[in-house]
Amino acid sequence: MAQAVAPSKGMTFGEAGSALAFAGLALLSIIIAAKAYTPEYAFHAYLFAAASVAATFAIVNRYYERPAQRPPQTIGGKPNYNMGPVKFATIASVIWGIAGFTIGLLIALQLAFPALNFDTSWLSFGRMRPLHTSAVIFAFGGNVLIASSFYVVQRTCRARLVGDITPWFVVLGYNFFIVIAGTGYLLGITQGKEYAEPEWYADLWLTIVWVAYLLVFLGTVMRRKEPHIYVANWFYLAFILTIAVLHLGNNATIPVSIFSPKSYIVWSGVQDALVQWWYGHNAVGFFLTAGFLAIMYYFIPKRAERPVYSYRLSIIHFWSLIFMYIWAGPHHLHYTALPDWAQTLGMVFSTMLWMPSWGGMINGLMTLSGAWDKLRTDPVLRLMVVSVAFYGMSTFEGPLMSVKAVNSLSHYTDWTIGHVHSGALGWVAYVSFGAIYCLVPWLWNKKELYSMKAVSWHFWISTLGIVLYISSMWVAGILQGLMWRAYTGLGFLEYSFIETVEAMHPFYVIRALGGALFVAGSLIMAWNVWKTISAGQEVEEVSQAIQPALIAAE
Amino acid sequence: MAHESHEQVDAVTGVTTTGHTWDDIQELNNPLPRWWLWTFYLTIVWSVLYAIAYPAIPMVSSYTKGVLGWQSREAVEVDLAELRQQRSGMTAKLAASSLDEIKQDPEMFAFARAQGKASFGDNCAPCHGAGGAGAKGYPNLNDDDWLWGGSLAQVEHTIRYGARSTSDKGHSGTMPAFGRDGMLKREEISHVADYVRSLSGLPTDKAADLNAGAKVFADNCAACHGDKGQGMQDLGAPNLSDKIWLFGSDKATIVEGLNNGRGGVMPTWHGRLDDTTIKALTLYVHSLGGDQRP
Repeated sequence: MAQAVAPSKGMTFGEAGSALAFAGLALLSIIIAAKAYTPEYAFHAYLFAAASVAATFAIVNRYYERPAQRPPQTIGGKPNYNMGPVKFATIASVIWGIAGFTIGLLIALQLAFPALNFDTSWLSFGRMRPLHTSAVIFAFGGNVLIASSFYVVQRTCRARLVGDITPWFVVLGYNFFIVIAGTGYLLGITQGKEYAEPEWYADLWLTIVWVAYLLVFLGTVMRRKEPHIYVANWFYLAFILTIAVLHLGNNATIPVSIFSPKSYIVWSGVQDALVQWWYGHNAVGFFLTAGFLAIMYYFIPKRAERPVYSYRLSIIHFWSLIFMYIWAGPHHLHYTALPDWAQTLGMVFSTMLWMPSWGGMINGLMTLSGAWDKLRTDPVLRLMVVSVAFYGMSTFEGPLMSVKAVNSLSHYTDWTIGHVHSGALGWVAYVSFGAIYCLVPWLWNKKELYSMKAVSWHFWISTLGIVLYISSMWVAGILQGLMWRAYTGLGFLEYSFIETVEAMHPFYVIRALGGALFVAGSLIMAWNVWKTISAGQEVEEVSQAIQPALIAAE
Repeated sequence: MAHESHEQVDAVTGVTTTGHTWDDIQELNNPLPRWWLWTFYLTIVWSVLYAIAYPAIPMVSSYTKGVLGWQSREAVEVDLAELRQQRSGMTAKLAASSLDEIKQDPEMFAFARAQGKASFGDNCAPCHGAGGAGAKGYPNLNDDDWLWGGSLAQVEHTIRYGARSTSDKGHSGTMPAFGRDGMLKREEISHVADYVRSLSGLPTDKAADLNAGAKVFADNCAACHGDKGQGMQDLGAPNLSDKIWLFGSDKATIVEGLNNGRGGVMPTWHGRLDDTTIKALTLYVHSLGGDQRP
């Protein structure tokens, strides 16, 4: 078509700026690689260089491919949602999930059978453990959070994601951080802070990505067509904002040199421990709780097709949860050099956190009133409801374990590991599986998942796995705690440490079995997701809103 | 408000909605569950009471101590004092008695072995094994074959000062690196390794030159290990004729020892464990397989 005035095509400020920035980063990375103190750091610098070059090319290439006009905000009165980054993060979460669960299985087996270290530093427990925790929390959980938040914020604000390159930068940049963190652990690069192991340069990169994430999310909320902000978005925003603050506070380090991966933390001694657990506990509170409550608040009412049970409860439990959680960290340092007063405060805030946490559970479960029958027929809803039940259980167990008298038995034992996993497997992973099972057909315009039967199998196999996992760890942990504190009638310790380790063996085997079942379930999910995308039944009338924008240029 | 007109009544529960709709999701206007609210209040009240009872609020240069006056440091000290009190009678008796006296007194001996077993599990088991069965390079303590002597006094000395340790009073003396330091040639080492195996009646290669090995042994090894390989406890030189091997009896392991020498370290426990604990450990270890009964 010969249109008289074709809109002139020019690079946007964002395109030109980000292409230049990446080119600059590539150059800097190459210089650092050349002068790096260690080969491991040089390897990371080369990764940065390669990724930056790829990003520069992708941006320029995208500019030449794209039409002159920017994608419109609406098409035919409906919002023109940007679902590309959501799709990417959804798939990434499935893949990272399998990787993280499998490494978890490996280290569970290593604890039962230490020979599985294979006498190589690469596979040693010390490197595999942070690889496991980071893969499941940040790679699997993080991608679920990014995918679902970008989906939910658009749908509940009726607005397209803010930014053109930025949403992609958030998703790809975040996954690049995961690669740097993961390869770093394998190479032995760590700052030795639990759940915050990546060194200064990875932290710096994550900071940039996270600020971009915050801006995209916040900008989209501000662009909303709804008068009010939906409750899920409060939780997402609290999660994004607080994680930024925690990340900066706990990673305040001074690098030895720009050419060295090593850095030193500015906090010292018990203050460092306190900052670490302020971070660590709020990673649980804001990453693994607030973020996933946001998922619950969208996907459960959506799937159950019922209204949220109580608006008032959602307000009260949101604000009380946000206010209480941030103080609870010191309960990780009971009976240590941390001053008594800080331990007391950590404990009482944890106790007061019980009901604010349960507010979410009540709102999640009661939303099903009038739709309980759907549990019989919809295994996806079943996954999410069981996840809320596990959430309720572990948010009762948490305050209980923070009570000093209980903690004196449970601390340092496998009870803690069991507690973490009832939250991680039962709550976080299950609500994530539910969200993934919802998202995949919606994103790829399929009527339903490829196989509901497979979802049912996934549910039952992994539920059995969770039950084996947490019950074996309860028994192991309490046994361990009792053995450690047992005295003989003459006033001597009854058991040596090594005897308590030997006593754990059968429980470690049962735990590994539970883990294997959980991995099996996740493989079923991956197959189902794959088949849904490749062979699922299409929705006949393609919803315009969900289609990526393709506007004829001329 | 403009959107109040959107309020609807949910047909299933009869509860009104708030009137907002996001992507077809609505919210019911249910009140806070009473039990939830009261439990929340209860945890707050309990927390306030707890904070009054225990150390809680940081002040400028100190903190509120709590009306109960409880402190974790004091609590630990009280517990430990109780434990010491419980043990004190027997501990005093052990401290005042010699090893032999303790061994003769059934009550003291039982106490010493209980204390020794607990201390062994915490301090010795990582090398010698939970049951004292040892490992490669770490002596078995059950077999009554002693590198540095198995009497009560000798066991105590070894525990207290160690071997090749940081203590001046520790046992010293190492197996030289005959191969690495060029004292013996490769074939001499091979001969003497065969000969050493023959000392305890282990089979040797048909081709082995035991006479040559015996010559090398007499010239280089007998000074420490004795002319029949019976060992010498003053030097910590193992008995080579008893089929008990610290590192292993195969020829390769023996050759490795001849090439690179041996010198395992037993640390000094003097100053790290108190005297009564060392006494108790001595009696416990001795009871595992001591005294070199014939």
